Amino acid sequence: MSHQTHDPAQAATLDPITAFTPMASAANGDNAGALRAPRGEVVLAGLSKRFADGPSAVDNIDLRIEPGTYCCLLGPSGCGKTTMLRMIAGHESPSGGAILLDGKNVIDRSPRERGTAMMFQNYALFPHLSVRDNVAFSLRVRGVDKKERLREADRVIEQVQMSALASRLPGQLSGGQQQRVALARAIVMRPTVLLLDEPLSALDEFLRLQMRGELRGMQRELGITFIHVTHTQLEAIAVADQVVVMDRGRIAQSASPRDIYALPRNEYVAAFIGGQNVLHGRVAAVDAHSCTLQGANGASYLLPRASTPVHVGQELSFAVRRDRMSVTGEQEPQALAANTLRARVRELEYQGIYMKVTLATDDPAAPGCVVYVEENTFFKDPVSVGQRVRCHWSADEAHGLAEMA
Amino acid sequence: MTMTSISTTGMTASTTVTRAASALTAKTPLLAGDKPTRPWTFYALAAFFAAYVLFLYGPMLCMYLLSFQGEQGALSFPMRGLSVHWFHQLWQGSTGDIAGAVSRSLPLALLVMVITVVFSVAAGLGFRRNVKGSSAIFYAVIISLTAPGYILGIGIGLMFSIFGWQTNWYTSALGAQLSWTLPFGVLITFAVFGRFNVAFEEAARDLGASPAQTLRMVVLPILAPGIIAIALFGFTLSYDEFARTLQTTGPTNTMPIEIWSMTQNVTSPTIYALGTVTTAISFLFIGAAILSVVIIQQRRLALSSAQ
Repeated sequence: MSHQTHDPAQAATLDPITAFTPMASAANGDNAGALRAPRGEVVLAGLSKRFADGPSAVDNIDLRIEPGTYCCLLGPSGCGKTTMLRMIAGHESPSGGAILLDGKNVIDRSPRERGTAMMFQNYALFPHLSVRDNVAFSLRVRGVDKKERLREADRVIEQVQMSALASRLPGQLSGGQQQRVALARAIVMRPTVLLLDEPLSALDEFLRLQMRGELRGMQRELGITFIHVTHTQLEAIAVADQVVVMDRGRIAQSASPRDIYALPRNEYVAAFIGGQNVLHGRVAAVDAHSCTLQGANGASYLLPRASTPVHVGQELSFAVRRDRMSVTGEQEPQALAANTLRARVRELEYQGIYMKVTLATDDPAAPGCVVYVEENTFFKDPVSVGQRVRCHWSADEAHGLAEMA
Repeated sequence: MTMTSISTTGMTASTTVTRAASALTAKTPLLAGDKPTRPWTFYALAAFFAAYVLFLYGPMLCMYLLSFQGEQGALSFPMRGLSVHWFHQLWQGSTGDIAGAVSRSLPLALLVMVITVVFSVAAGLGFRRNVKGSSAIFYAVIISLTAPGYILGIGIGLMFSIFGWQTNWYTSALGAQLSWTLPFGVLITFAVFGRFNVAFEEAARDLGASPAQTLRMVVLPILAPGIIAIALFGFTLSYDEFARTLQTTGPTNTMPIEIWSMTQNVTSPTIYALGTVTTAISFLFIGAAILSVVIIQQRRLALSSAQ
């Protein structure tokens, strides 16, 4: 999984036509865990949404979501992720572009014709109907007779372990129980794509961790595509096969959780996901394997050479993981080695497995720098608040960032 | 007494447990000592409330009592024995056309109720879309509440006479009353719909329900308590409407007009008996409405638990 994964969004940007052709076997051999034949491929091509007032909510998006995978749309509020979800669900009509579900363009089709089901943010369980009647609702409107629909509803209610509470009204259930009912009500329709709008935001911290595991388990069990909108980075990384980071209506990066976390494409993704320090420098020299950057106050950084061409004098930014840096007390006099920042310790926060060391660096372009020092390492040679330190990393931990659009 | 004893024991328990808890209870003066010190505003408000209760229930109680006045009794206290004589008098119709008035007021109130509910709910559904000019329409409807009812009634009567139409309880009076109940209904509907989450409708659509199914199975049932409230308002506002009806009811009277005309010439406790009967009818209606809400909820629960 450490290899640079194929990025469908990037491919589609280069050539929109490829987004329409089924890329079944080549790219997606590894969607692990699906017990049944995976269904529910989602392709967005040039999808846009403009509201009457203001800029595009969703701006010409190309995206492919593998069938039977768990995809998270991640971004701060107002980035267009919910609008995108609602367009896939059929609750919002796009201003332009196409939505293909299993190869068929579903624009102008109703949610039922699409084969999607949506789990709403606060679940929107019908307050006047019992759990059983809520779950049976979609069968009732389709005219399935009462006995049959209640049997089917009971089967799904058992699947989410809510049989004991099937006669309750939604108001009599806890948040976690309501979420299970909402899930049952959605999957009773046997959708190929399940759309979840901030499904965990209404729950407390403990339940959130539990329910996200249950969602992931349910996705594996059903073998259908889940598209889950969230603004919580760790939630996305924990459950998803594919994380799509969004920024102002565009896709900033679409990749596996590992790549999103370890190899953010640009400064926005690095800053939003966290776990990285972003640094800047001017290219001073380039050789076959690396380039040397000149930072502020005599600092110099070595970067592994990226595939994109660089030239001397160019401004570059790069990221280094917070847990891959080391902090040592400064001993005068000492020459400044490459990949080293001079700084002062501003804050220490004990996190159990590591110490969070917040530094005020001497580099005005990147004054804030956070280092996670593993607990044992830290206490072997601790630093204290206010102390002058040097922060160092090895050259292969530096990761070049693309320029922001 | 029970309340005080509970809170006192609660306080002693908490003082023995932690200092923080005792600090908390000390902040609530009612629990702190034997003599609660109340600000003068408490007594002022209590006096106001007492006056309110006196003015509201005092006359009603007097009226109910006096309607059971003995046969020799007069319009005022003292009571000379107890009897249902005046109800009997009322029933025989010797004092006025009570039965006729009821036979008009009741269907009129029901008619007003139905029209108010249907159009208020429809307006509430329509107004959720932000159509251009909707606020102008809203204020045009609401302004009717500020028009003096009696003058409006005269205007309607005048209009009918200009056109050469006969005023009647089921035409001019109906219109006059709707000019009062519809804006009320619309206001209540807005309050009810304001709390209605559109996600319910989206969820229904997502689950494959047609717009008609969504309205019937989701929107109306969820809004049912609010709709019953609108119906009750429509009914009671019409049933005791006086100002707008006086000039528009035509040759035959509605109940409040009949009572009013009786006060002009009837000098017996029959008028109190009439008051008691009409109040009873109102209470019956309200009781029926509340009962229907309870029954609906229980049946829902029973149905779902019976599978």
